[in-house]
Amino acid sequence: MYFQLTDEQNLIRETVRSFAENEVAPSAAERDDNERFDRELMFDKVAELGLAGIVFPEEYGGAGGDYISYAIAVEELSRVCASTGVTLSAHLSLGANPVWMFGTEEQKKNFLIPMAEGTKLGAFALTEPSAGSDAGGTRTFAVRDGEEWILNGSKIFITNGGDAETYIVFARTDKDAQKHHGISAFIIDKDTPGFSFGKKEMKMGIRSSLTCELVFENCRIPADRLLGKEGEGFKIAMKTLDGGRIGIAAQALGIAQGAYEAALDYSRERKQFEQPIASFQGVQFILADMALRIEASRLLVYQSAWRASAGLSYGKESAMAKLSASETAMWVTTKAVQVHGGYGYTREFPVERMMRDAKITEIYEGTSEVQRVVIGAAITRG
Amino acid sequence: MYLDLNEEQNLIRETAREFSQAVLAPVAADLDRGEAQETFFENLRQLAELGFMGLNVKADYGGSEAGVIAFSVALTEIARACASTAVSVSVNNMICEVIQAVGSKEQRHRYIPKICSGEFLAGAFALTEAGAGSDPAAMTTLAVRDGDDWVLNGSKIFITSAPYAGVFVVWAVTDRSAAKGKGISCFLIEAGTPGCIVGRAEEKMGQHASATNELLLQDCRVPGSALMGKLNDGFRIAVSELAGGRIGIGSLGLGLGLQAIETATRYALERKQFDQSISNFQAIQWKIADATTELEAARLLLMNAAFRKEQGRSYAKEASMAKLFATEAANRACYEAMQIYGGYGYTTEFAVERYCRDARITTIYEGTSEIQRLIIAREVLRSYS
Repeated sequence: MYFQLTDEQNLIRETVRSFAENEVAPSAAERDDNERFDRELMFDKVAELGLAGIVFPEEYGGAGGDYISYAIAVEELSRVCASTGVTLSAHLSLGANPVWMFGTEEQKKNFLIPMAEGTKLGAFALTEPSAGSDAGGTRTFAVRDGEEWILNGSKIFITNGGDAETYIVFARTDKDAQKHHGISAFIIDKDTPGFSFGKKEMKMGIRSSLTCELVFENCRIPADRLLGKEGEGFKIAMKTLDGGRIGIAAQALGIAQGAYEAALDYSRERKQFEQPIASFQGVQFILADMALRIEASRLLVYQSAWRASAGLSYGKESAMAKLSASETAMWVTTKAVQVHGGYGYTREFPVERMMRDAKITEIYEGTSEVQRVVIGAAITRG
Repeated sequence: MYLDLNEEQNLIRETAREFSQAVLAPVAADLDRGEAQETFFENLRQLAELGFMGLNVKADYGGSEAGVIAFSVALTEIARACASTAVSVSVNNMICEVIQAVGSKEQRHRYIPKICSGEFLAGAFALTEAGAGSDPAAMTTLAVRDGDDWVLNGSKIFITSAPYAGVFVVWAVTDRSAAKGKGISCFLIEAGTPGCIVGRAEEKMGQHASATNELLLQDCRVPGSALMGKLNDGFRIAVSELAGGRIGIGSLGLGLGLQAIETATRYALERKQFDQSISNFQAIQWKIADATTELEAARLLLMNAAFRKEQGRSYAKEASMAKLFATEAANRACYEAMQIYGGYGYTTEFAVERYCRDARITTIYEGTSEIQRLIIAREVLRSYS
């Protein structure tokens, strides 16, 4: 066991923190208020720092970094703006990573490199109105027609949807197959005829991040856009989400860290009963529990990231990291509002936004319940 | 022990429920988006006509004389539909009760009927200041005697209903040399009094229809008759008479929690994943069971506090216990309800998103959970010493 970040990982933290504090933080409240996605700030500039493909090899447009560095980057962005954090996480873990894991050389050249370099933004389209936790319920269909596939159906809750150029889309290619079989994955460009965008979701939080419906109406794509093998889609989705959980866990960790620091600062400044409220045991215990839960979650997140880079299995560990970090984020932000009292309920202090942002981390990329299913299945398989 | 509502209490609850579901619920989402303020005002007027603004107030002053239990169950029903309306109703009731308890005969007749009838859309409490939240005795707003008049200077924050209140109950320091909390008095200031200025509106996480503003007092001159209760007795009034408001806020929280978990339960029965209703899964069942149990316990704590107040017994500890437990249970129920809805629950298309945002403030205003614990501990420790 060696519990210290490398020089490179420390440098990533410093670089991203400085960018986050100086460039991302100032507009976080305004973007939340106006539900405004800022592509240049939230993705293009993030890509300039080499983060868009940080974990991929340099020959594929990446930075050759490890997953801990990636987790640190998402954590630092989310510490000031969770919407910016999830934009990177959805792009790298869900848009680019499946092409890295399952793409042909040709697909990597055409799709992974632009995403890793940050000239294209990626997205992942699995969820449908009746296929949430149960991805086997997918009803978008892809039918083979000569050298093309024709897609029909719709996807909801797609992060980066509407602005992303590259979409990993899951569709049923075999109507007769059992639920989880017969689903395939496709790489689809934004401007493909028959592919359009539906309703943009109005959300409680991460309001500066795009969440959009995708609609496919006789959308024709060339056969070489099939990702992996036909019928392999469910496996691709699950493997992709294993990695995605590291990103969301890091996002949740960053939100929690930001709220904890805000509560700590406020409690040392705010005076009631002639003393800083930080001097009261009631407040100190809240801060102590915050610090403890964040530290435990951080170790789980970095462990799952380390396993991913070391080539070890990490499905169970990333589920644990995501479950712990997201529930910690919700708990810490809720308590941070409490430490701020009435002020915490107003838009004047960032903890109000952080609390609304934290909630989604317990829901997307597998709800807390689904994480428990994953962990429970892994430890009872025997 | 008799744990049922009597006929009158039942009737009030039914009336509140019917009105809330028919009139308040359909506009609650619009109100949350900051629209339809005139409708909000009209609803407050109608609630006044139905007798909901003075439930525990004597008929002499236009009240309903229905008691504290009726107040609690009515608030719960109103909050099921619209928490912003509910908090306005709760505060109005408390304004009437405080004036009834400590106001002069003239003050009682002058203000209570106007709030009960809806002539005044609201009354407002102005206690909190920027530097005086959980520690109200740290207030710096000053009232100085000038002949028969008082002249007030200072500023108050987080004042519920301020822009449409007809009268403000304002606390100010009247004796700077007195020990902390011993030199504070209470005043009734009418809206429109020169120097009594409604300031900036807060932008909040939830309860958007209910206005929360700053109140500025700039050389605000009021007659000697504006003093309410005894001189320098204001802090005691704040501490003792506001306990009733905690029953109101606890009841409001209960309504939000019940509404959230009940709608989520209906959703769980309809929503199919893995080829079955998600209500079949124990993970969902446990959420429903825990929330229902906690809210039932909250309801009983509220009923107990309301019963004790109605009987004229001490009820401060019980009101704090009820508020603490009910508002925290309500928050858990709302967030678990959102969890049952999954991604849909995070969108503004489903009301549970609003319930969560509205519920959050209930563990903060009218005494944070921490202050409730402080009161409970103090009362318990006192009983042992």
